Amino acid sequence: MSTNAEHAKGAVMPAFGRMLWRHGGEPGMLIPLLQAAQDSYGYIPPLAIEQIAMATGIPASEVYGVITFYRQFRLRPLGQYVIRVCKGTACHVQGAEMIGRTLEEELGIRQGETSEDGLFTYLEVACLGCCSLAPVVMIGEQAYGRLTPQGLRSVLRRFRRKPGRSA
Amino acid sequence: MQAVMVGLGSCGIATGGLAVQQRFRELLGPEDEGVTLKETGCIGLCHREVLVEIVEDGRRRTLYGEVTPDRVERIVADHLRGGRAVEDWVVDREGLLAGQKRIVLRNCGEIAPSSIEEYRARGGYLALSQAVTAMTPGEVIETVADSGLRGRGGAGFPTGTKWRLARAAQAGRKFVICNADEGDPGAFMDRSVLEGDPHSVLEGMAIAGYAIGAGEGIVYVRAEYPLAIRRLREAVASARERGLLGPDLFGSGFSFSVRLKEGAGAFVCGEETALIASIEGRRGMPRVRPPFPTEAGLWGFPTCINNVETFANVPWILTHGAGAFRSCGTGNSKGTKVFALAGKIRRGGLVEVPMGTTIDEIVYGIGGGTVSGRPFKAVQMGGPSGGCIPASLGGTPIDYEQITSTGAIMGSGGMVVMDDSTCMVDVARFFLHFTQSESCGKCTFCRIGTKRMLEILERICAGDGKPDDVKTLAELGEQIRASSLCGLGQTAPNPVLTTLRYFHDEYEAHIRDGKCPAKVCLALVEFGIDPDKCTGCGLCVPACDAGAISGRSKEVHRIDVSRCVRCGKCLTVCRSDAVRKG
Repeated sequence: MSTNAEHAKGAVMPAFGRMLWRHGGEPGMLIPLLQAAQDSYGYIPPLAIEQIAMATGIPASEVYGVITFYRQFRLRPLGQYVIRVCKGTACHVQGAEMIGRTLEEELGIRQGETSEDGLFTYLEVACLGCCSLAPVVMIGEQAYGRLTPQGLRSVLRRFRRKPGRSA
Repeated sequence: MQAVMVGLGSCGIATGGLAVQQRFRELLGPEDEGVTLKETGCIGLCHREVLVEIVEDGRRRTLYGEVTPDRVERIVADHLRGGRAVEDWVVDREGLLAGQKRIVLRNCGEIAPSSIEEYRARGGYLALSQAVTAMTPGEVIETVADSGLRGRGGAGFPTGTKWRLARAAQAGRKFVICNADEGDPGAFMDRSVLEGDPHSVLEGMAIAGYAIGAGEGIVYVRAEYPLAIRRLREAVASARERGLLGPDLFGSGFSFSVRLKEGAGAFVCGEETALIASIEGRRGMPRVRPPFPTEAGLWGFPTCINNVETFANVPWILTHGAGAFRSCGTGNSKGTKVFALAGKIRRGGLVEVPMGTTIDEIVYGIGGGTVSGRPFKAVQMGGPSGGCIPASLGGTPIDYEQITSTGAIMGSGGMVVMDDSTCMVDVARFFLHFTQSESCGKCTFCRIGTKRMLEILERICAGDGKPDDVKTLAELGEQIRASSLCGLGQTAPNPVLTTLRYFHDEYEAHIRDGKCPAKVCLALVEFGIDPDKCTGCGLCVPACDAGAISGRSKEVHRIDVSRCVRCGKCLTVCRSDAVRKG
């Protein structure tokens, strides 16, 4: 991703940068700043932690503490397709466990990890909120409902075959 | 005049609502003058998504269910152009909504959520104008107190009392916070309200602001709800544009502004002091109360925190009167309650029922019983803080005290139905896994106690339960309940304690007999292959790491039980559903 490359050179992304200089000193801005950083880079890179610490006056260790407290924040970039497996109650009683296992087997990764080819990231989420479609998996913005292990495998095959993927 | 309303809540979108909307857009041409294409929020009948409603002359309404892009063509040709409804696809809206009473959901699925005009046409912002121009703050509070409204976030604290306390606090600055950090897995009531009728929440907040003397409102909303956030932002902007939020509302001199704060994903932030810590930019850890937030909340100022559903009730109470609200419900529980009905239910969705409705009336009457047709076994209420109420207590009415007496809690409104293929020990393990990973770690009993409980439950599900595990679970549960600081810890043992109370025999079956009656815990079931279904495709043979499956191509395969390690892999690869758990 070009954004990551720019960042490696030390360039501050516009939206995140603007927020940093305009609101960095205001109380209560730490979480919105982290959200802006993640929006810009897809994750929170070490340099952003340093920049936020400087702008807010909050020690980097404390910033790190806040990052790791909340499930939303990531310290590593995501794969090309993010697979969110719903682990809500309705999905659980409809067999979400098997869906998770199938995904682990198919991709060879555990929840929170990204496949070696950088194609898929597997995340478990508390509830996607479409309980009547249980069990549900969301890939990117698209929800796949009433899944069976076999159904999931064929969905994954379609993604692997997509032309133009940068694996 | 015809209006086509496509249900585009998160559930409608997940089922393909956008493609349906797009197809309508493509097919509607110049000859369809007088047809307007609109979007609306959740109608509540999630099991029939995608839902499309056609409203003629603002009155005659036809609701279509399970609409796909392919079906749009016929709806356009027959109904919109030909004037004949496509009867096969029509959903009996009135029948399905029988037994419900819509106060909170009064506008959901009725209006375009982003249209402030439609909200106002249905009486929106009248309550606010009436409050700030014709009532004193004290009168507003008394009306809310008189209505008997209690907090819909779960604990059921009387809203009027909370407002009185916040009013009485002396300070130069006060806050109103809307808790929209709906974290219970299996609950989506607040999201649907925010997506389908955001103005009702904003209006409720502004009324609360007037009542307690606060000029600033904050909606703390889950970042996982992008659509709700978008609709809220639009609603705040259009209300501000029209002077319904902002300075000097209705010439009264009262000013109220609202801003959004996105949560970052921590269940504990539903607890009010943790929520405040999170808004202040810290780790969301609860603190000791008192002082309560109504006295010293956000940045130390008096803060009134209510839930989405609570706020959505407020404008209705002001326009219809406390008496009308009170006339519905039971002794100490007035009005209605919204539930997200899900799990093994035939007609799942969003339902709103008068307090006092029984669980059976919801499960059988509204939900149509289990989807499998198997016996209804239990209903889980209150999510990770709640418990499992057995079918034998189905006559229990929806009422704060009555639900609490079963060991569950009213909670925010998750209602997950289970049939006899659900293992209650596994359900307890599922919730403990959730609370254990969401414990903020501040209190020892919550942090370590839930971990120990989870270990025991995992052991039981893996077939390694010990005879006194049940006793240890009960003891630990009581200690965690008594010694934790906040609601998360105090209620975390509930799913275990209720299942121990009502489904003790299932724990015994796991521990003593080495059996999982519902055949969910894989370590306790015996795998086999159904000879009638096996096609002999051989997919399961390489999948089995234990080498327990054998069979010739195109012939029925066999599992050698003595070698089977019960990993369940064969179950996930079989395409003909031939692997059996016995």
